[in-house]
Amino acid sequence: MIAETGLIALWLAAGLAALQVVLMTLALRTRVEVGRTIRSIAVVQGALTLIAFAMLVLVFARSDMSVALVFENSHSAKPFIYKVAGTWGNHEGSMLLWVTVLSVAGAFFALLSRRTSERTLVAALGAQATLALGFYAFLLIASNPFARLFPAPPDGRGLNPLLQDPGLAFHPPTLYLGYVGLSVAFSLAVGALLTGEVDSKLARAMRPWVLGAWILLTLGITAGSYWAYYELGWGGYWFWDPVENASLMPWLAATALLHSINVLAARGALKAWTMMLAVIAFSMSMVGTFLVRSGILTSVHAFAIDPERGTFLLALLAIYVGAAFTLFAVRAATLKEGAPFELVSRETGLVINNLLLSVILGIVFLGTLYPLFVEAVSGEKLSVGAPYFNAVAGPLALVLAVLVGVGPLLSWRRERRPVFKQLTVPTLLGVTALVITFILAPGMTILTRLGLMVATYLAGASILPLVRRNPLRAPLATWGMVIAHFGIAVALAGMAMNGAFTSERLAVIKPGETLSVGPWTVLLKDVTPTAGKNWTALEGELRATRGDSITVLKPQTRYFSDPPTETSEAAIETFWNGQLYTVIGKPDPSGGWQLRLWWKPFVTLIWAGGALIALGGAIALLGRLWRRRRVQPEWRKERYA
Amino acid sequence: MNRAIRFSPLVLLLIVIVALVWRLATPVDTNVSSKLEGKPVPAFDLVAGLPTKPGLRSADLASGEPRILNIFASWCVPCIGEVKVLQDLKARGVHIDGIAVRDRPGDIADFLARNGDPYERIGSDPQSQVQIALGSSGVPESFVVDGKGVIRYQHVGPIDVSDVPMILDKLEKAK
Repeated sequence: MIAETGLIALWLAAGLAALQVVLMTLALRTRVEVGRTIRSIAVVQGALTLIAFAMLVLVFARSDMSVALVFENSHSAKPFIYKVAGTWGNHEGSMLLWVTVLSVAGAFFALLSRRTSERTLVAALGAQATLALGFYAFLLIASNPFARLFPAPPDGRGLNPLLQDPGLAFHPPTLYLGYVGLSVAFSLAVGALLTGEVDSKLARAMRPWVLGAWILLTLGITAGSYWAYYELGWGGYWFWDPVENASLMPWLAATALLHSINVLAARGALKAWTMMLAVIAFSMSMVGTFLVRSGILTSVHAFAIDPERGTFLLALLAIYVGAAFTLFAVRAATLKEGAPFELVSRETGLVINNLLLSVILGIVFLGTLYPLFVEAVSGEKLSVGAPYFNAVAGPLALVLAVLVGVGPLLSWRRERRPVFKQLTVPTLLGVTALVITFILAPGMTILTRLGLMVATYLAGASILPLVRRNPLRAPLATWGMVIAHFGIAVALAGMAMNGAFTSERLAVIKPGETLSVGPWTVLLKDVTPTAGKNWTALEGELRATRGDSITVLKPQTRYFSDPPTETSEAAIETFWNGQLYTVIGKPDPSGGWQLRLWWKPFVTLIWAGGALIALGGAIALLGRLWRRRRVQPEWRKERYA
Repeated sequence: MNRAIRFSPLVLLLIVIVALVWRLATPVDTNVSSKLEGKPVPAFDLVAGLPTKPGLRSADLASGEPRILNIFASWCVPCIGEVKVLQDLKARGVHIDGIAVRDRPGDIADFLARNGDPYERIGSDPQSQVQIALGSSGVPESFVVDGKGVIRYQHVGPIDVSDVPMILDKLEKAK
């Protein structure tokens, strides 16, 4: 009965979503007051999908093999946490999670929204329900997660062992929360374009949602990057894989939106642009979902290839994005631009920020889909990889990082003070770093060298908004911005150090022999078999020595039986100044073992930076929400608001 | 705002959608088709991999009858399963020659003693030179060669039991 309860809840939720759409149409045509009704329906709809999702988690937790999805993707011998995580480690479950987040976000929006005008709120809730309706149809028609099997098989088929990892428990849900959180911004933009109420009030209502979704995307991308780093055993943190790009694109759009929305909130300017970005950010989320779920691009992440589902998702994508773009094309001309600004002003800074982010977004988008276009036109097969992305997006990202140090120092409308003088110290820091790299590491590539210089400069420049004032009295939003910008410097430093100083060794050695990498000498002591709950493994015992310190590492090659798969579990040891990353591979007929070692100085800064960026966002969000309860007027005039 | 600018996102979207529809309609062919099919076997002369059997020259393959040229190695795990299928083919009268890649005579003898021996000739290719000339990227791989020494079909990976009818068909067509 559990599965049936879930299915019924899903059908009811779909019905309520349809009702919301009808109510919205009615309200926009006739000016009937439906605000209260549509809010309650949105809340109930959210609750129903939450029930449906809880039911699916329950059947997975109980290993109910009579449900086809559980049989396909789970196994009774699997550790409990992975049974639960298995709920969203497959197509149907992840689509249900997607729609759950979509409708729960709608419910929270209906509950919490105090700032939006009633008409725009109704239109936005209608738009949100329209989005949900398509995905309900997709689930109920093409991917029913609750389908039964009769007779019930004795046990399940297991789960992709690569996904049997704590990373899976948190990475996809976090990303989904971020992806789908952007749906509220999309719906608000569509609602505001419908009612014509694009103003600073709308921007302030939209901002917490964008910020919240952006924080989760940042965390999701950072966690995903670390997961790929230690689980795939390739020693890299970013592969420019189509599916990674699919998560990066909404983030880039959301980052641009996060900045332009401040201009709209504070100055009433950049109306059309901000609405466009709000539409694009969620559209990129849908593109990402489509790319992953249709298996259209070859990728380590595209687990299932299914043209029928792909067609359905593509149709949804075309309808929603097409409708929003059409609405934009028709309504953008009616938007009046807000207060003017001068060339040297915070507005200009944010416009440049937006332009650079958009260009980077365009580069990533083009690079991801370019092989497709080329094959469609000329039939030639090719792939676009890291060399393109690094060479084209890298320098732009560096320019952007330089400007990140400048923008927050400018004031709204026009800048008359000599702000650039403040940047003397950070610039000197950067130049010093550059000189040091020439002395210590003359062989570095230009991009990593510039990366280190910009990172050092930005570390100094990013904290300037807190200097020469009482930091304790600065608004939380300013603190958040400073921490996030400082995080960029930290992550950039990590990437540059990793790119410049990583040393790698790959060799076949026998037990008792040693291999050295960077400052380390690594002894292969022994290789022994070992076993876990649903796998067996060959485990190498390594003794790494650097000076007096000895570290023991135990990398494994794991063999899973259901389904038969082999994974390599890297052993990674973190030190204050870097990570030692070890992978054991295949045996050699002569009795040796393939051993792969990396010494990666300061690589952890990459993810520490990502975490700082998200933390900055969280602090800013806290500041924005807290501020609502206080008296408003003085804050508007704040320089760094 | 200019009309062209306002409608440009819509136009771009349409282009992308058209490309994606095209891709869904024509799924990617992940099979790499052999560039050597229809071409003669490249010239080679390999010493015997086993003292008890003759070595292999490219001229041996132009024997007037279609043959299978199988690339294998004693250290290759999928080859163990494949050798049994090859013996089945041999029982049906198919001529099979082997190239042992990066292997040693003792190991080859052990491998064949343990798993069975379908080969008429075995050439030893210790540096993978012939394997590379044949456009083979791994073991096992097999070629159907017609009576004139022309490659008619390249099979990447082990020949499975389910592949037998297809292989017999290729051999029939190569006559």
